[in-house]
Amino acid sequence: MSEQITSKSAAAIDRAHREGRAALIGYLPAGYPDLQSTIDAGIAMARNGADLIEIGIPYSDPVMDGPVIQAATTEAIANGFRVASVFDVVRGITEATDVAVLVMTYWNPVVRMGVDEFSRRLAEAGGAGLITPDLIPDEASEWFAASDKYGLDRVFLVAPSSSPERLAMTVEASRGFVYAVSIMGVTGARAAVSSSAEQLVANTHAAGAKRVCVGLGVSNASHVREIASYADGVIVGSALVAAIRDGGVDAVGQLTKELSVGLQKPAAAATTQEEA
Amino acid sequence: MVRLMVDAQAASTGENAAEAFLQGGASLRHAPGPYFGSYGGRWMPESLIAALDELEDTFEKAKADPEFIAQLHELNKNYSGRPSLLTEAKRFSEHAGGARIFLKREDLNHTGSHKINNVLGQALLAKRMGKTRVIAETGAGQHGVASATAAALLGLECVVYMGAEDCRRQALNVARMQLLGATVIPVTNGSQTLKDAINDALRDWVTNVHDTHYLLGTAAGAHPFPAMVRFFHEVIGEEARAQILEQTGRLPDAVCACIGGGSNAIGIFHGFLDDPSVKIFGFEAGGEGVETGRHAATITLGRPGVLHGARSYLMQDEDGQTIESHSISAGLDYPGVGPEHSYLADIGRVSYQPVTDAEAMDAFRLLCRTEGIIPAIESSHALAGALRVGRSLTEGKENPADTIVIVNLSGRGDKDVQTAAEWFDMLDENGQVKGTTLSTRKPKGPQGSAADSSEVQK
Ligand SMILES: Cc1ncc(COP(=O)(O)O)c(C=O)c1O
Repeated sequence: MSEQITSKSAAAIDRAHREGRAALIGYLPAGYPDLQSTIDAGIAMARNGADLIEIGIPYSDPVMDGPVIQAATTEAIANGFRVASVFDVVRGITEATDVAVLVMTYWNPVVRMGVDEFSRRLAEAGGAGLITPDLIPDEASEWFAASDKYGLDRVFLVAPSSSPERLAMTVEASRGFVYAVSIMGVTGARAAVSSSAEQLVANTHAAGAKRVCVGLGVSNASHVREIASYADGVIVGSALVAAIRDGGVDAVGQLTKELSVGLQKPAAAATTQEEA
Repeated sequence: MVRLMVDAQAASTGENAAEAFLQGGASLRHAPGPYFGSYGGRWMPESLIAALDELEDTFEKAKADPEFIAQLHELNKNYSGRPSLLTEAKRFSEHAGGARIFLKREDLNHTGSHKINNVLGQALLAKRMGKTRVIAETGAGQHGVASATAAALLGLECVVYMGAEDCRRQALNVARMQLLGATVIPVTNGSQTLKDAINDALRDWVTNVHDTHYLLGTAAGAHPFPAMVRFFHEVIGEEARAQILEQTGRLPDAVCACIGGGSNAIGIFHGFLDDPSVKIFGFEAGGEGVETGRHAATITLGRPGVLHGARSYLMQDEDGQTIESHSISAGLDYPGVGPEHSYLADIGRVSYQPVTDAEAMDAFRLLCRTEGIIPAIESSHALAGALRVGRSLTEGKENPADTIVIVNLSGRGDKDVQTAAEWFDMLDENGQVKGTTLSTRKPKGPQGSAADSSEVQK
């Protein structure tokens, strides 16, 4: 079933692979500081080396987010963000670029709109699928049905704590890629990439995943380089949110460009050897 | 099995569904989770699933282990002071249409509320899992105090997350936790109350799960918490049922409890779920009135959604954003509710109704003055509800004293004295209790200060 649907996320990652590099995935919350900025920043990411873009839905209870994203999403909600406007953001970016645009959302806003209705509108806007930080495959029967019906990617998360059985089950349930959280914790910049990430990616590949992307705590080109050496894609969130907060759309484009420097696989980028 | 039922008979058939269920010989007791009808489950980040699995496994083994049960029983008896009394509130009853009201005295437990039952059980489980640190959220501070207490008793590190607004409302409990050696972290996100404290506790847990147990304080959250927390509180209902039979020779007509997340309520309800003659009532915080929008009447006005790990009734807006709840009672000021209550509401076994701040405070004062018991404001919601239930059940009855109502007095009101003093206009413009600032003696310096010790030497 999963294989018959052409996955936009998988296509974007495979395109990067054909260029001899890992994919870069950038996250921004919709409506921060306003909807047009999110669209503009998404386009800026796409033009500066991002292959996939995650648009977050600001939510009242973001338990997987650290202070930077919490502050941004709280402000977006205070400024009147409405969930349905995420489709406008997705449409705005997909119409102007050729990147795959996913929506990252806590589950209750989807439940409230109706899983089928949400999926229909997301597909209609050109979205690639959903990343669901607080939805595990065990509870996802409605989402399985809707994502199959509308041809959307199902990006579930795996963690360093996931058992081999859960890894296998989650890989089986996912379409597009599997999101490996690098560390036990919430979003936010960290000084170093956790060593557990590489093992997790290896285990997830071994469990049958074709594409595994790593996120949480990735904030600079050196992190990107390290992860790109073993993962299929690198996900950057808080650092980009801090960039739009401090320097607006231009800063997002600038940071994306810097991050993308780290993408080349070591073999393909022998000239960019730095620290081990 | 349990799941079958709600899907088949759901909310529409109401009370009949529960009756048919009971008459069919099926039991509503000991529902194991993860699902209660269509509620419950695990709407949680994958990062925490392994910890939930470990907890479930440890709990299931402990439950079947006579040594664990004996250990828990011993602590309940010789540390908490169980069994708690069942006290007939004779003068209070006069205001309930003459129905006989009995109070299940969880206020007499060590630390002053039912919360200790759950905390001792979970702290023992934490030890069994080899965890050295417990974290907790708290609203009224009662669960935080109970957690700090159990942590001190069992030698665990304890960190308590508490909304900054709740820290203000329940400052006395902040000091109690600190005296017990816990670290209290005021939470300034969102509404700065219980739901935000839970969010921060979850963030801590996901980061420190290797050595930390999240000691959730109510019968909500992801499986196994709802069924497990209920298990530790079932003792309330077991005792109350035996005590009322002993004191009156029969079962009560009604059982009443207040609903925050629903732990004290599910604990006492459980004893009576399979007794079809016993009507069961849960009282939610109606705040300033459900029509004002400023309330915490989750089942009355919410709709099903997912929050903090479970599918359950939820106060949410059209976008699925959680709505801030409002209640004079910090312990009831939560926009969610435990999933088993959502199920019991849908099948009509339990009737859930709102009680306003004003009704609760009237009942608070009434209990103080008729029985010499200062109740927690949370519990005062159940008392107000019991007055309502008593009046309605005795209406037109020749002998109202034939009607028996049990109220779960989930906690004592010492922590609420400041709030009550404000409510009843007992404070002067400086926030001091009126009449307490008239002394003309020179105040002494703080104890132990240099000035003080020199004075002592004179
Ligand atoms: C005395 C008392 N009763 C009731 C509650 C509400 O919680 P629950 O509904 O879980 O019993 C609290 C919570 O803090 C409490 O302190």
